[in-house]
Amino acid sequence: MIPRYQKILFAILLLASLGMGFKLWQLRERAHRSLLTGEASAPTAAPVVAPAEQATLVVANDMDNSLVPQVHSLPLPADPGSRARAVLGKLLDLYAAPDSTHPVPGGAQSVAQVFLMPLPGAKSTDGSDNQLAVVNLSGTFAASHPSGLETESLTVLSICATLRANLPSIGEVRFLVDGQQRPTLAGHADLTRTYLTSQATPTEGTRQ
Amino acid sequence: MSRISKTQVPRVSQRVRSMLRSPRIRVPRVSALTAVLNDASLSLGRWRAGRYLSVLATVGLALLTVPDHAQLSPSPEAPPAPRFVVVLDAAHGGDDTGSHLDSGQLEKSVNLTLSVRLRSLLAARGIQAITTREADTSVSLDQRATIANHASAALCLSLHASETGSGIHLFASSLPPALPTRFMAWKTAQAAWVTRSLGLAGAVNSALAHAGFSVTLGRIPLPGVESMTCPALAVEVGPQRDSDHKITTEPDNPEYQASVATALAAAVVEWRSDPTRTEARQP
Repeated sequence: MIPRYQKILFAILLLASLGMGFKLWQLRERAHRSLLTGEASAPTAAPVVAPAEQATLVVANDMDNSLVPQVHSLPLPADPGSRARAVLGKLLDLYAAPDSTHPVPGGAQSVAQVFLMPLPGAKSTDGSDNQLAVVNLSGTFAASHPSGLETESLTVLSICATLRANLPSIGEVRFLVDGQQRPTLAGHADLTRTYLTSQATPTEGTRQ
Repeated sequence: MSRISKTQVPRVSQRVRSMLRSPRIRVPRVSALTAVLNDASLSLGRWRAGRYLSVLATVGLALLTVPDHAQLSPSPEAPPAPRFVVVLDAAHGGDDTGSHLDSGQLEKSVNLTLSVRLRSLLAARGIQAITTREADTSVSLDQRATIANHASAALCLSLHASETGSGIHLFASSLPPALPTRFMAWKTAQAAWVTRSLGLAGAVNSALAHAGFSVTLGRIPLPGVESMTCPALAVEVGPQRDSDHKITTEPDNPEYQASVATALAAAVVEWRSDPTRTEARQP
């Protein structure tokens, strides 16, 4: 015979478990909705109201394996993360153009986010805190990227060099694809390592 | 005639043994040995002489069984030349298909074909070549580096093919050069050979340019190659294009591949004959 107080205690615990489960489910749904809202409100293109500024894009060329700086005028937001995303979006728009020297489909939508994080103890050349940029690329971009040592490396290096040209405080770059780490971009370029922007410098063609 | 005490007997035995071991004593050692033993047997009592007769028997047996040092000692001549082994790494394989070429071929197959072709050309030139794979099998990057390092390779060529760009793309590791040490980090072992790899890139570049190919050079991160302890390059065969950048020859074209393989074989032969090649061969 189970005592009455144990039955009451069991009923209370059961109700509390169900209530907490329901509350947890509610919180999960709320977090999911807020995440979706945040993604939808993230700027997919540089705001038109931002003033146009000169940005240096380091453009790759498959024919001579070169990285050539080009100056373009485009509206750039003040926030460094959004600024980095806008610059990279323009770079990938150039690559998606029909007459591109480094044809890669996808365009500006291929850069989902750029996160900037301070690197502890590191200072950039202008004395400001050095930063790590985490570039989150879309899975579609990676899936449609041409495969090859040269073309993949040029994409990675041109992104690093463009970030350095416009945001000198960025000293290191890491890549994610759909928020996850991925071994390679399209079978060749290593995406597991941290790239130093100081090593991704514009180069003249080396065709012989 | 000097007498030999009991305490001197072991010394005589040691002399006998040292004479037998000495490679400098050839013919005279038998007479010297006999003299010593005669001396010993005359100086000692009968039981001692018997003991030495057993020693003499042992010595005689040893003379019959021990090979003549004079015949075994090598005559002074130049040391044998170090082995010259080339490791050919056909990239990708198995589940890792690599790129899809416009002709429908997979990069892993094109790489393997080029590897086999190049190995035959090197064999015809008397150069031993080891391949990291002989069939459509998965080989990890670490396994490829292990094969090259165990072979003590003189050089390694990692072979790729791509539909992008134009001509042949040569890549060396972007690791900064480092001084060789006894123990090196696996992921950055190539740093001690980067300078030599760049020299190899120069030799391959000149051979390819001499064969009429357009070549681009670069330094990029090369996982796998960066664990190799030998001069190493990644060779990516791209399509040939005309002045309008239209593709005229696909990377898997047999004639194109044969020409590339011949040029690479010539580069390896040139590299082998380079007098400065072996200077930084080992750390």
